[in-house]
Amino acid sequence: MEQSSATATEPTNLGGSSPDIRLSGVRKAYGEVVAVDGIDLEVQRGEFFTLLGPSGSGKTTTLRIIAGFELPDSGTVELGGRDVRDLPPYDREVNTVFQDYALFPHMSVATNVEYGMRVRGTAKEERAKRRDEALEMVRLSGYGDRKPSELSGGQRQRVALARSIVNRPRVLLLDEPLGALDLKLREQMQIELKQIQHEVGITFVYVTHDQEEALTMSDRVAVFNHGVIEQIGAPADVYETPANRFVAGFVGVSNLIERDGRQFTIRPEKVRLLEPGEGDDGMHIESGRIRDVAYAGMITRYLVVLDAGGELQVVRQNLETTSAEAVEQGGRQVAVGWRPEHTVAVKAATHTERG
Amino acid sequence: MRLSRGSQALLRISTGITLAFIYVPLLVIVVYAFSVSRTFEWPPPGFTFDWFDLAFDNTGARDAFVYSVKTGLLATAVALVLGTLASLAVARHRFFGRETVSFLVILPIALPGIVTGIALNSTFTQVLGIDLSLFTIVVAHATFCIVVVYNNVIARLRRLSGSFEEASADLGATPWQTFRLITLPNTRTALVAGALLAFALSFDEIIVTTFTVGAGDQTLPIWIFTNFSRPNQLPIVNAVAVIVILISIIPVYLAYRLTREESTAARGGAPVASGAVTAP
Repeated sequence: MEQSSATATEPTNLGGSSPDIRLSGVRKAYGEVVAVDGIDLEVQRGEFFTLLGPSGSGKTTTLRIIAGFELPDSGTVELGGRDVRDLPPYDREVNTVFQDYALFPHMSVATNVEYGMRVRGTAKEERAKRRDEALEMVRLSGYGDRKPSELSGGQRQRVALARSIVNRPRVLLLDEPLGALDLKLREQMQIELKQIQHEVGITFVYVTHDQEEALTMSDRVAVFNHGVIEQIGAPADVYETPANRFVAGFVGVSNLIERDGRQFTIRPEKVRLLEPGEGDDGMHIESGRIRDVAYAGMITRYLVVLDAGGELQVVRQNLETTSAEAVEQGGRQVAVGWRPEHTVAVKAATHTERG
Repeated sequence: MRLSRGSQALLRISTGITLAFIYVPLLVIVVYAFSVSRTFEWPPPGFTFDWFDLAFDNTGARDAFVYSVKTGLLATAVALVLGTLASLAVARHRFFGRETVSFLVILPIALPGIVTGIALNSTFTQVLGIDLSLFTIVVAHATFCIVVVYNNVIARLRRLSGSFEEASADLGATPWQTFRLITLPNTRTALVAGALLAFALSFDEIIVTTFTVGAGDQTLPIWIFTNFSRPNQLPIVNAVAVIVILISIIPVYLAYRLTREESTAARGGAPVASGAVTAP
């Protein structure tokens, strides 16, 4: 297949057992619109695996296919080595944390958390014990009697999480679970989610459009674009050696330039802003002019128009620079330099290659 | 929006006239139900409860009342089951002809009763060859009772996010468990409101009933209609009419309250007029 070169990073297979999830050749169309166009992926036991991509790239559809809410038009879906194509959602060993949480409004927090055990006929004492453990894990002990409407967004999020992990599923699917939270709460929940995953040891499949979130949390990331996977790899692989132009642009700032018929990207933090004439040995130096300056507190972003053609975003930590000094740089003639080993040659995205 | 004094006065007067048109005739019936006179004599020479005693003792009226209640309850039960199933199908599943089904379910409420009446009569007696009975009235009433149940339930289902049902399935609940534990509790008030309206509709229906009622059977509206033209019976008819008014108001009022409370609670703000509650 064409994208096989893009999905070069092989997952580490633990002890030869079958992966928790294996999708092969999965395709799903809604009328004319192809949501997922023949994807293959394997998720290993205990992995934190992220489906990253812009909206409409097929990542949520993929998640819903794993959960059983959507039937693929073709391809196979395996959970723990077993073909689950014909299994309805309630017979699959997966649980989902929905984007809108979907907490049952007529039930208390405790009843919500017990729901999965209740419909599966778990004994009452066992139910109460596991419910209390789950609520304690998400730091909501004592909230059992509240209604979902009486909780804050972050608390609802944690109830949704407790309601799922209490069932000890093989895989937990999370559909942009932090999307509705503000930045501070988001960052805190990212840490908590990682801790919880570590504690329970369940495989997490996480959908997000936030590349920073994906890089921070994941063991591996699958980058989606127009229903295909452009690259699968560890966060560092995806960021440092993007498989193609799309990945380079979506994960981080692309900084795409062309020299001698060769296209490559260089990450903004790898480019040095120099005085004209300055520069180390072995560094590639070019001249340019600073067109824009954006002061962002910790760092300043400079947009440099290169004399040889193209634009580069350069990020510099504000070690000694004040905001006034940073802004004054606008319009100045400068030199920029980078080490050739930090550039990555890129080709076009899988999707656009196909036309 | 601010209105000028003149427009305000005009609105007040026109609202007053509208309400008067609706309620003065009802008031007349209520007044004469208590009048000692056997005719519509004004002012009433005196007031009495005798007509109510006579109405309660009248076997014809009592049998007709019991028959109407029976019809109403059975038609409501049929409408609840079929209306709920239809609304679940239309609200929760995609299938070919879904919009058409939705339209066809609502249509009977707009069809003239006289047309429904003759159509059902021909079908029962000519095509199916069955005698008119309680069964035929219940089927006939169910055709329009389904509409109010359907409308109420589908309005609720559309407000209720489908992800609750997905979450339930995801947590291991079978479709039946999901219906019982998630869908039903969240649509209960809509079901009750729909049932109350369906009963009220059935209870005072006369046109379709006339064409589908069995020989020798009488619903309360038919009993009223036949006795209305007999001067002797007139005061009793008035008393029965008052009882009918009371019986019709209660379910409609309760249905109104139920749907209004729900929409207030659901939106956390001022009550919103719920289109679903409007009895056609």
